Amino acid sequence: MGIITVERKVLAKNDAIASELRSKFEENGVFVINIVSSPGSGKTSLVEKTIEHFNGRVNISVIEGDVQTDLDAQRVAAYNVPVVQIITNGGCHLEANLVKDSLVNLDLIPTDLLIIENVGNLVCPAGYDLGEDMKVVVISVTEGDDKPLKYPKMFMNSKVLIINKTDLLPYVNCNIELLKSNALKINPELKVFETSCTTGLGIEKWCDFLESSI
Amino acid sequence: MHELSVAENIIETVKQNVPTLEMAHVKEIRLKLGEFSNVVADSLIFAFESLKDEYNLNNSELVIQPVKFEIECSECGAVTSNKYGMRECAICGSFNTQVLSGEELLVSEIELID
Repeated sequence: MGIITVERKVLAKNDAIASELRSKFEENGVFVINIVSSPGSGKTSLVEKTIEHFNGRVNISVIEGDVQTDLDAQRVAAYNVPVVQIITNGGCHLEANLVKDSLVNLDLIPTDLLIIENVGNLVCPAGYDLGEDMKVVVISVTEGDDKPLKYPKMFMNSKVLIINKTDLLPYVNCNIELLKSNALKINPELKVFETSCTTGLGIEKWCDFLESSI
Repeated sequence: MHELSVAENIIETVKQNVPTLEMAHVKEIRLKLGEFSNVVADSLIFAFESLKDEYNLNNSELVIQPVKFEIECSECGAVTSNKYGMRECAICGSFNTQVLSGEELLVSEIELID
């Protein structure tokens, strides 16, 4: 029988669902961001601050991904936006089929911006397309300036880098200029923002950029 | 730890390319694995070995073909590599480069026993 040439991406099934989702988002005029980071970088706080900033001017829906609990969905629901929680039960990342299933509970027609908050993990979510327009990687200054070099794929595959918790810079051993330059060495096209979800610093710049992308 | 689901996807690809009755005749499944694919080869082989009997693939072996991270410089045209995945041209130092390879995760060939 010999050799069968295949040359097929292992994640082709995920990619096919993702491209189906992308068409669906486009048809409904929905801009989609996929927020990725390690646990505790401030993804949910960033989602809250973003919703707060737009204050209803942009119609936002949210998909929350976590290994367990709907704590994040509860936080986001307090802002009166539609939110769906995906619990992966141990899964370390969201896959396109999970997003597809969760859309049953979301109305895309009135949505301008769909925010997908991925499972906190700086490794696996990098490889899975969810049909988003862009991946946004969040890193907090408490994680240290070397992380882009240690977890390069997440930075390779993202369009935006948000450096969060900048209010803690005086207390932690993190050189923010080095952090930025490390990230840009991995991905020179990254658009970088600095934020503090505690003081609100930098949120406006990030949201202005986001609004201009929608 | 998503190697198990990657292994399941590899088997799925084999199922799509090999008739059910031929599954036991699969000898090698060759996988192109980029240096920055975020998949651990040893864990992937372990996951594949744990699953293969279930799918009649007991005679098969998953063979990893590593693919190096390579970038092409838009300034000087050189094709170079960087062990950390940095986009810096090793010849002229420019970051105006394009990634050529290193993120692959694909089944390239399936070899059947004659």
